[in-house]
Amino acid sequence: MSLFLIVALPFLGALLPGLMNQAGRDACSGVTFMVSLAAFIGLLTNLPSVLAGEVVTVGIDWMPLLGLNFTLMLDGLGFFFAFLILGIGLLIIAYARHYLSRDDNMGEFFTYLLLFQGAMVGIVLSDNILLLLVFWELTSLSSFLLIGYWKHLPEGRQGARMALAVTGMGGLAMIGGMLILGQIVGSYELSVILQHRDLIQADPLYVPALLLILLGAFTKSAQFPFHFWLPHAMAAPTPVSAYLHSATMVKAGIFLMARMWPVLSGTPEWFVLVTGAGLITMVLGAVIALFKHDLKSVLAFSTVSHLGLITMLLGTGTAFGAFAAVFHILNHATFKAALFMSAGIIDHETHTRDIRRLGGLRHLMPITAVIMTIAALSMAGVPLLNGFLSKEMMLEESTQTVMFNTWWLVPALATLAALFSAGYSFRLIAHTFFGPKRDDYPAAPHDPGFGLWGPPAFLVVLVVTIGVAPFLVEDFVKIVTASVLGTTAELPHAYIKIWHGLVPALYMSLAAVGGGVILVIMHSVLQKIWDATPRPEAKVIFDATISSFVSLARSLILPLHNGAFSRYAAIAAVTIIGAGYFAWITGVQGAATRAPQAATPVALAGWAMLVAATFGLVFLHRNRLLALIMMGIVGLMVSVGFVYFSAPDLAMTQFTVEAVTIILLLLALNFMPNRSPVESTVLHRVRDAFVAVAGGFGAMAMAWHYLLRDAVATPISEFHLANSYKGGGGTNVVNVILVDFRGFDTYGEIIVLGIAALLIYALTETLLNGPVRARLLNRVPDQPRAGGMHPMMMVVLTRVIMPVVLMVGFYIFMRGHNEPGGGFIAGLIVSIAVVMQYMASGFSWASSRLRYPYHGVIGAGVLLAGLTGIGSWFVNKPFLTTDFTYVRIPPFEKFELATAAIFDLGVLLAVVGAVMLTLESFSRLARTAHTKDSVHPMDIDPSRQASTEEGA
Amino acid sequence: MMLSLELLVASAIGILTAGGIYLLLRLRTFPVIMGVSLLTYAVNIFLFSSGRLTVGAPPILNDSATLYADPLPQALVLTAIVISFGMTAVIVMMALGSYLGNNTDLVNDPLVDDDDDDDASVGNAGDVTPQEGRP
Repeated sequence: MSLFLIVALPFLGALLPGLMNQAGRDACSGVTFMVSLAAFIGLLTNLPSVLAGEVVTVGIDWMPLLGLNFTLMLDGLGFFFAFLILGIGLLIIAYARHYLSRDDNMGEFFTYLLLFQGAMVGIVLSDNILLLLVFWELTSLSSFLLIGYWKHLPEGRQGARMALAVTGMGGLAMIGGMLILGQIVGSYELSVILQHRDLIQADPLYVPALLLILLGAFTKSAQFPFHFWLPHAMAAPTPVSAYLHSATMVKAGIFLMARMWPVLSGTPEWFVLVTGAGLITMVLGAVIALFKHDLKSVLAFSTVSHLGLITMLLGTGTAFGAFAAVFHILNHATFKAALFMSAGIIDHETHTRDIRRLGGLRHLMPITAVIMTIAALSMAGVPLLNGFLSKEMMLEESTQTVMFNTWWLVPALATLAALFSAGYSFRLIAHTFFGPKRDDYPAAPHDPGFGLWGPPAFLVVLVVTIGVAPFLVEDFVKIVTASVLGTTAELPHAYIKIWHGLVPALYMSLAAVGGGVILVIMHSVLQKIWDATPRPEAKVIFDATISSFVSLARSLILPLHNGAFSRYAAIAAVTIIGAGYFAWITGVQGAATRAPQAATPVALAGWAMLVAATFGLVFLHRNRLLALIMMGIVGLMVSVGFVYFSAPDLAMTQFTVEAVTIILLLLALNFMPNRSPVESTVLHRVRDAFVAVAGGFGAMAMAWHYLLRDAVATPISEFHLANSYKGGGGTNVVNVILVDFRGFDTYGEIIVLGIAALLIYALTETLLNGPVRARLLNRVPDQPRAGGMHPMMMVVLTRVIMPVVLMVGFYIFMRGHNEPGGGFIAGLIVSIAVVMQYMASGFSWASSRLRYPYHGVIGAGVLLAGLTGIGSWFVNKPFLTTDFTYVRIPPFEKFELATAAIFDLGVLLAVVGAVMLTLESFSRLARTAHTKDSVHPMDIDPSRQASTEEGA
Repeated sequence: MMLSLELLVASAIGILTAGGIYLLLRLRTFPVIMGVSLLTYAVNIFLFSSGRLTVGAPPILNDSATLYADPLPQALVLTAIVISFGMTAVIVMMALGSYLGNNTDLVNDPLVDDDDDDDASVGNAGDVTPQEGRP
């Protein structure tokens, strides 16, 4: 299966769980499982080529100018991780089906899970590092959604935010590092970058790049000092913890270090940073884990510790270290996912994860006890289980690693970590399953159904199989290691053995297991000492850091942003005027190049009316109805001005928009007070008038200045005039620009218009579902209403006129390409035809005759316009390329058919939908206010019987 | 100074702008909306006039015509008019919602409310709405 499909499947599949949510929990989880399974099988079809050592690549250009291309590659390392992600994903999906309760929204959960899965697969298959960064951020976002899935839990929300803050910050740092890397090499393709080890390591920017990339990797993989977010992320549902925080997401940082291994490793900086951070994390995590009481906390810190172990191995920079790291990734994924799922089972059955309230469960939950004990023993490093093998290899590697010229430092710390690791693993078993049966469990524990214990049992079988017969996976691990190293030459010849002879690693291992047993025996004493020791709490430090940032931001923003809108407006106006004045006095004004055109009496009369109406509006604005009339006059005069200055399209648009706007404002005024009271002092008003006059004078000066001068550079309008007919097939240049030359702009604009209408709809919904609803219902109009709300004359007139208006709209639309008109204007005219029906017969009557919801009309318009654009792809032309032809149907004249007309139809539909949805939303408020909305078209209807008539 | 068309248009832009700014600085939502509308007219005419003023020569291609008005600003302003309708409608809705919700149509917040966050630790910021029980 194509790599594209493997990455795309989870993303496409993420649409399904939401759709299947109503079909039941089995259907919902089933469809998710099938999506993952399909991707998994698709991955497996590529196994033969990976085993043969080939690198499968596919790619298409995305933004080649930026170096961002959608290129994917599959080598051993990528396959290994994708296998873990999809394989464990399948088990997790099966487990989650039984884990989530009926109250949980399963569709939401699986949508997030599949998004996450797709993003993870994207990371491990990316060839382009910019693409990798995109997927990297997607995992941060989707894990945020998954951790905070139980929105009602404050810990969940806080944990999700903390994880997002830490991993998001790391992601930003990594973007910087990757960009530097790309600059050094001159390419963003991994396959190219990985060939330039010497070039990168010799570059002075190597250290900054390394630091930034490691910051990304360490935050993601919870390495010291960023380890603190992982335990807090445990507020997530257990399937999430098992999936993200043991098997996959936290391994993304590890993956990145392994991926970049050939070019970044082997330097002293790499060794100190990576091995150092790994060692500290490994010891710290193991020690803290011993003293935690929450099962999932123990597992979280143990994960931190094991991630440190893998990081430490990668840091050594030797081939054997990489080999051991890869093997431990595999082993850790198997036993840790099993442990998390078992912890989830215990939580599910006993309703507690507190280890102090558990004990004696081996009698009550024998199956779970067996599964968890085997997995925990593997984690402790007990022979014949897979954890033992990789831990031995780690200890062996540590004896070869010398840090700070001290031969014993690394082995000692490694042994210490292993010792504590054995300690908490044994404690997990001893304090949960052994000891006497208790009678104070919060719930009666018993083994769950197969659905819950099946997935961890499967993993435990793997734990034992690999532990007993490591040769089964040895070849595979070697292939993966070879792709980490970038070469097969250095591959260690040593093979994975259970018995290595009496080597130092064996003694260290024995010491660790023996010490672990002692730790468990002495646990109660140690716990008291631990509890008495003061320690810095990472969450407190984190919270303090964040709140200091917040108070800094507050102290900067609040003085400026204090909620006084008038102040912002005044500051903005004065600033703009000041900046304009500064530009004017410092600039040089050229001489006038255009002769002024003499004003005719007609123009003067129009100007006088416009100015009079503007003054009227300003001076009479307290009477709001009068102000509205004045504004109508201003708008009308602006339309007339457009006619005068050769812009018929603009005039028609302005005129129709004016009508709709006035209707809208009248609807709004219905609810608002009719007058604005006098509030500001005379001084205030004088000050405002001064600002206003200064602003007006500035605008006038600027307009007058350039109206008398030609453009500095040649305008591109000539091109449009010259090519409108030749290229666009239309003689109305304005319309051709809208639907053809600048069609993409128009497409964006109808989308904006649609969004605005939907926003208004959403605001109305919010109002009507909130406390405002009661207020609207109880509202008494402040003025007497008209007696007949739906007069017969108006009803009859609007009915008669409707087809005529629609015909005009159709005509305006059809001629738009060649004569003034087009989709925008026609859309507005059609809207007015419909609005008239609402006005005449009321909301109920009109909306009950509405066959298509206006949301759909907007959507259909945008879709139609978009599909017209996409259509040009099929003839290998860029988006929104138009074509036209002339046809003749015998009785008619020859006429033109253009794809631009279909686009314009989309514009028309979007405009109609947006205008109508807006007005409808406003009138829905009105309908709630006046409950006496009649279902009849008019108040007095001679055809109705007198008894049902309501008095006018 | 001759009374030219350019002066008429420029002064109309200026007067609309001045009226718009004055109304924008009023304290109630309705005059502010009127002010924004006046500014919209001013800006649209301003953009339109960047194609310079042409009388009697619409940009409709015609074999006999040699002079055309600049079509590009017209196309830009046409969509601007429609979009500004959408934007006006949104602010009207917001003004209406604010009036219906708070029973006042003042544009300025009555007092600045510094402690709208109920917790010192920002770990809780945004958790203001109590939302107990799963959906």
